[in-house]
Amino acid sequence: MSSTEDKVLIETRRLKKYFPVPAGFLHAVDDVNLTINKGETLGIVGESGCGKSTLGRVILRLHEATSGDVLYDGMNVNDFTDDEMRYMRQNMQIIFQDPYASLNPRMTIGQIIEEPLKLHKVYEKAEERRKRVEELMELVGLPMRSYNQYPHEFDGGRRQRVVIARALSINPQFIVCDEPVSALDVSVQAQILNLLMDLQKKMQLTYMFISHDLSVVKHISTNIGVMYLGQLIEKAPKSAIFSEPLHPYTIALLSAIPSINVLQKSKKIILKGEITSPINPKVGCRFAARCPFATEKCRTENPEFVEVKPDHFAACHRWQEVADGTLKFDV
Amino acid sequence: MGNNVLLDVKNLHVHYVTSEITAKAVNGIDFTVRAGEALGLVGETGAGKTTTALSIMQLIPDPPGIIVDGEINFEGNNVIFNTDKQNRDMRGNGIAMIFQDPMTALNPIMTVGAQLAEVVLTHEKVSKAEAKKRVMELLEIVGVKSDRYDDYPHQFSGGQKQRVVIAMSLLCNPKLLIADEPTTALDVTIQAQVLDIINKLREQYKMSMILITHDLGVVAETCDDVAIMYAGQIVETGSVRDVYLHPKHPYTRGLFDSIPKMDDDAAELIPIEGTISNAADLPDGCYFHPRCRYCQEICKTQQPPQRGEEHKFMCHFDLFSKEEA
Repeated sequence: MSSTEDKVLIETRRLKKYFPVPAGFLHAVDDVNLTINKGETLGIVGESGCGKSTLGRVILRLHEATSGDVLYDGMNVNDFTDDEMRYMRQNMQIIFQDPYASLNPRMTIGQIIEEPLKLHKVYEKAEERRKRVEELMELVGLPMRSYNQYPHEFDGGRRQRVVIARALSINPQFIVCDEPVSALDVSVQAQILNLLMDLQKKMQLTYMFISHDLSVVKHISTNIGVMYLGQLIEKAPKSAIFSEPLHPYTIALLSAIPSINVLQKSKKIILKGEITSPINPKVGCRFAARCPFATEKCRTENPEFVEVKPDHFAACHRWQEVADGTLKFDV
Repeated sequence: MGNNVLLDVKNLHVHYVTSEITAKAVNGIDFTVRAGEALGLVGETGAGKTTTALSIMQLIPDPPGIIVDGEINFEGNNVIFNTDKQNRDMRGNGIAMIFQDPMTALNPIMTVGAQLAEVVLTHEKVSKAEAKKRVMELLEIVGVKSDRYDDYPHQFSGGQKQRVVIAMSLLCNPKLLIADEPTTALDVTIQAQVLDIINKLREQYKMSMILITHDLGVVAETCDDVAIMYAGQIVETGSVRDVYLHPKHPYTRGLFDSIPKMDDDAAELIPIEGTISNAADLPDGCYFHPRCRYCQEICKTQQPPQRGEEHKFMCHFDLFSKEEA
């Protein structure tokens, strides 16, 4: 890790976000350590309720962390004053899942894309802003005639282009993409994924790409992190996650993806039960209740998230047995 | 065509008519479902998948929906001319439907047991005790503990609710199950559980199924045949194996090219440019021509013919046979 230290853009240290609920605390993000290098895409996958969106928001400080640190380019985001944070937001943007809910229906496309430029006072003159908006519209593939149109005239794919143009308007370095293509049909989804990847190349953007769709994450990511009940349980370069998954949950998750390969029908690993409650979780591995390999140790001792192989992190007491093939799922 | 054809849809046209517009949701589709067979109906938002399903169930909201032409023969009887009583008999016993969103398919102020027992009591002359027994058995079969009979829907998770909905649809042993995006709202590990249950039950009860989805992977794992819908037409249909290995319609090709492949990292995504046409303003000629990379003059003016026998597709050209040979 030390040689790449200078390239790290985002780092979290023991990051936690607990939400108070009547029954106690909901551990939405629980002790997450991760790094994202400049220019790379970290894909975050996990099922609903695993805390992946909350993690994205805590990193951007849209939620205040309960404890732990978020470092942006070495600076601790949690120490910023409100003014400093507002300034920093020019570097850190977010794209939400639902392009129907994230655009103001009473503003035109031009006004929507221009708004961050006004807020951050990037340009003094209106015509400079107008020129920038037109550049952005061209960049994301929106026709100029849409400048004066309203969001309701657009379908999901084109709305998501508006959202992307708005996020890019102030030249951010880091963008959290929270399920940006989940609401779109596959043919349009491919358009948006290609656009995001082109923009990354052109502008050296760093992405944190949150999705429940593993095939999408695989396509776009450099590294992939798998979350389960608020914790990061495995993180590795994407090839390692797919060729050599070490956490039993990752293995089951990969197996569950429906495949279009009709020549080779793979047997599915069917996990028993469902995700347990993130409210006041008991000690021990969070996955133990559904894991066929769980032992007494798994139920009583938290597995640490450690680098088990170069760049490959996992939180499992029995990863070694998974790695050497002694533990196998019955299918 | 053998005697074992359970459902035979011919030239079905469904429009939604308001004073301003006529949206042509389904435009002349033909397909059959044989006994015990599973057909996947695949397409993007607005392709007419759900309208097709609702037509079969005789649940098209009228107004504004009108079946303007065609036949829907279920067990040899054209259901379009059914009386309300015949429809009630057919639904549940003959054809049952699972809707996409299990959260809204259950009545929030009735216990799960009560609403399932109601189904049995409505369709069959049995005592309440017998109905309860049947419901409890079926809940166990779909993997819900029968002691949850007196729980309310909000006490169940999404996956559990979908199991309850599946149990509900099977209570009267339907011959045909129409599942409209049954796993779209679920996480992948739960989706795998639910698809596993559907597959097992289908085998056990020798039930036919129409599975509506936008997910080509789900179809590959559950269906025998597949029909690809676009703008209210079936543009390609055949066995899953034929269509997946040798797609012949440019739209089907486009769908496969635009999804990320799990086993091929490097493959670039090739999106289909543009978006699906507005059903109220369909283009002349082939409905797909504005988005088709192979579009010729004829495509802009004339509806394409249907080609092929077992593996059928609607296109002016047979674009891909040569390159494969």
